[in-house]
Amino acid sequence: MKVLVAVKRVVDSGIKVRVKPDGIDLQGVKMTINPFCEIAVEEAVRLKEKKLIAEIVAVTIGPKQGAESLRHALALGADKAIHVTTEARIDQAVQPLDVANILAKLVERDNYNLVLMGKQSIDDDFNQTGQMLAGLLDWPQATFASNIQITDGIAQVIREIDGGLQTVKFKLPGVITCDLRLNQPRFASVPNIMKAKSKPLETIPLDKLGKLHNSIQITKTEAPAIRKGGAIVENVDVLIQKLRNEAKLF
Amino acid sequence: MLKKFTRFLFSREKIQYDVLIVGAGPAGLSAAIRIKELDPNKSVVVIEKSGTLGGHILSGNCFQPTAMNELFPNWEKMENKPPLDTPVSEDHFHILWNEKLSLQIPHMFYPSTIRNHGNYVISLGDLCVWMGEQAQALGVDIFTSTAGARVIFDEKDRVIGVATGDMGIAKNGEKKSNYQEGIDIVANQTILCEGARGSITERVIEKYNLRKDCEPQSYGIGLKEVWEVPPEDFKAGLVQHTVGWPLCRNTYGGSFLYHKNTNQIHLGLVVGLDYENPNLSPYQEFQNLKKHPKISRFLKNGTCISYGARVLNEGGYFSIPKLTFPGGMLAGCSAGFLNVMKIKGSHNAMKSGMLAAETICAKQNVEPGQELVEYENAVKSSWIYDELYRSRNFKGSFKYNIYSGLFYGAFDGFISKGREPWNIKSHVKESESYLTKDKAPQIKYEKPDGKLTFDLLDNLARSGTNHEHDQPAHLKVIKEAGPKESINLYDGPEQRFCPAKVYEFIDTKEGKKLQINAQNCLHCKTCDIKMPKDYIRWTVPEAGGGPNYSGM
Repeated sequence: MKVLVAVKRVVDSGIKVRVKPDGIDLQGVKMTINPFCEIAVEEAVRLKEKKLIAEIVAVTIGPKQGAESLRHALALGADKAIHVTTEARIDQAVQPLDVANILAKLVERDNYNLVLMGKQSIDDDFNQTGQMLAGLLDWPQATFASNIQITDGIAQVIREIDGGLQTVKFKLPGVITCDLRLNQPRFASVPNIMKAKSKPLETIPLDKLGKLHNSIQITKTEAPAIRKGGAIVENVDVLIQKLRNEAKLF
Repeated sequence: MLKKFTRFLFSREKIQYDVLIVGAGPAGLSAAIRIKELDPNKSVVVIEKSGTLGGHILSGNCFQPTAMNELFPNWEKMENKPPLDTPVSEDHFHILWNEKLSLQIPHMFYPSTIRNHGNYVISLGDLCVWMGEQAQALGVDIFTSTAGARVIFDEKDRVIGVATGDMGIAKNGEKKSNYQEGIDIVANQTILCEGARGSITERVIEKYNLRKDCEPQSYGIGLKEVWEVPPEDFKAGLVQHTVGWPLCRNTYGGSFLYHKNTNQIHLGLVVGLDYENPNLSPYQEFQNLKKHPKISRFLKNGTCISYGARVLNEGGYFSIPKLTFPGGMLAGCSAGFLNVMKIKGSHNAMKSGMLAAETICAKQNVEPGQELVEYENAVKSSWIYDELYRSRNFKGSFKYNIYSGLFYGAFDGFISKGREPWNIKSHVKESESYLTKDKAPQIKYEKPDGKLTFDLLDNLARSGTNHEHDQPAHLKVIKEAGPKESINLYDGPEQRFCPAKVYEFIDTKEGKKLQINAQNCLHCKTCDIKMPKDYIRWTVPEAGGGPNYSGM
C-alpha cells in the first residue's frame, strides 16, 4: 500500500506575526511544517511501522525553502518526497481547490491507496483541501481523525465532531485528515536527518500539474483591535449600569 | 573509568566527524567555513540549540568588518552578498545628565579606537543566517534544534565529543510517547562557540581549571529592542552611544542606538552585572532610558517589533582563560574576546574561529583528545590580542564611577594608548556584590505607557520565546536554601534582574515561595551569574526552545 502525505510550510505557531499592507510579514520569520501535517506524517510512519503500508511519499507545494518541510518529513520516516515548485505566496495564493486539483493529478499518476493530510493549515485555517480532494477523486473521506485503524483494506476512523466522537468505516482508497489528538509526532533525530538527505526528492514545476486561479482574493489584513483596559467597579449597580450603557448588552 | 567507557561504546547512537563545533554564531560559523576552505575533505558539523540560524543571537550590532575582509576578501562583489548594507554615516556620543539634559561629546574627542567610520550597522542574526548558507554550500552539516547537553570524555579524561540532549522527557522526569534519546557526536577536535557563559564551556573551564592564571570573567546584561520608524525619523547609518542617566554614577553601563536599513532602529542598554543595589531592574532602566529626548526623538512615531536580552563579557584582556584543553578549544565569547571599550566582539569572534580552523588544518593527523596548544599562540600573536591588550584597563578604570572611567578612556585613547605600565583589575563577583535590603536604596519605576515603554511580559511576546511546557525546568536549584536567603537578605533581586520574569516569589501559607517560569527563559544566562548565593545553574532545555529572534 502506498500513502501520499501532503505537508505545508507555515509560520511557526509560536511567532508573534506582524501585519504589512499586503498581508502577514514573512520576511525572516521562522517557518516550520504545519502542526497538523506533521501529525499526518507521524501517523503514516506509525502505519508503516505496523507493516500496514509499504511506502510513504510526502508532497509540498511552494518555493524552494519548502523543501525543508519535505526533508523534515523524510527525517521522520517518509521514503520519498515530491516538491511542486511555485514562487507564489503559499499563505495567500496557494488555495484549497487548486491544491486539491494538483494532488488529484499526483494520485492518478502514482496510484496511492490512501491520502493523509492535516485537517487545516494554521495560516489560512481553510479546512477544505482534504474534503475537496476526496470529492474530485470520488473517494470516501474521514476528517478530524483522532484514531485510525486499517485492516484488510478497510479503514476505521474515529472522528472528533461537535457532539463527541464518531466512528466511520470505509473501503480504501480514501482521504483522511488528521486532528490534534491523533498522535504526538516524534523528534527528527540527527542520524535520521542525515539519512533523509539521500532519500529521493522529485521536483515538478507547478504548471506541469495545474494552475493557481486565485479565485479567492485577500482584500484586507488587519491586526486585531487593541484591547481596551478593563475597569474595576465598586458595586453591582455600577456594573449593571456599565453593561447596559457602555457594553450595550441589554 | 572502564565501565563508563564501555557504556559509551555500546549504549547511545554515535556519529563521527573530524571537527565538532558547538554554536552557530559568528565564531562557530567562521571556524566551519575556514576549515572547509583549507581542507574540503575534513568532515565538519555545527550543532545549534535554536530552531533556526540566528534564532538565539542578540547583538547591537555595529560591525567592524576586519575579520569578514579576511574570511571573504571579495564579499562586496559577491552575487549573494552578506547583509552589510548600512555603512556607519554618523557617530554620536552623549553623556546623559538626567531625564532631559545631556552633553554631546564632539567627534574630535573620540579616540581613534572607538571611531566607527568604516563599520556597518548590521543584524548579527541575519549575518549568521548568511554565513550558515555559505557553510552549508561548502559541505558543513549544520543541525539546528540540536542542543549540546554535556561533553564526552574518553578513558584518559580527554574531550572526544558532545552528547546531545534527550528529547521528550516530561516534567516529572518520565519518558513521553515521543521520547528520543540524544546521540553522541564524536570528533577529533571540539570547538566550543556557545557565546558568553556557555553552559558546556563553563563546565569544561571548571574541569580543566582553565581560569587558573587569569581574572574571573565579568559580565554585563544587554537588553535590546528593534523598532520600525517612519522615514522622517530615520537616518541610515546613524550610530549613537550614551552613558550616564538613567544609571547611577556607580553602575557601569550605557546605551546604544543604531539606524539600520531600512527604517529600523536597533537600540539597547547594557548594565554591568556588578551593580550593588538589589532593587535595580535592568529591564526597567532600559524602559526609562527610552524616555530621554535623545532616544525618544527617534522612537516617538515608531513601533517596537522585537525584544531580547543576553549577557556579554566585560572582563576583557585580563579574563581570557587558557584557550585549549585536551580535545578542543574555546572561541568567540565563550573565550571572552569582546572589546569592552569598543563594545564590539563579533570581529574578534570570527577571527578566533578562523584561527581555530587554521590550527586544526595545519596539523597532520589530528588525534582524538589531542590538545592543540598552537591555537593559543596563534590568538596571542593576532590582532585580537593587540586590541584587547591596548584597551585592557578600560573597564577597570570604572571601578570608582563612570567619570573616572571616561576620563581614563580619554587618557588611554589619546595619550597612553595601552602603553601604560600598570594594570587595573577590578573584578567583583556579581552574585556577591549586593547591598543587603535594609541598606539598599529603594527605586520607584513608573508604569509603562504601552507606546514608548512596555510591560515586561508584553515585550517578552516580541522575543518569540517558547519552550515545550511539559519538560523538567532547565534552571536547576543547586542550593536548596538559596531562594530563602535571597528573599531574606536581598528581597529576591532575581525577580528584577531576569529580563523574562522567570523568577517570582509567590505568597504562600509558609511564606514566600520561589516559582520558576522556565518557559519564559530567554537563555540570557544572567541568573547563572547574578543569583545571590549562586543557587541557580542554567542548563540547556529541550532543543528548539528559547527565543525566536529574527533580524536581531
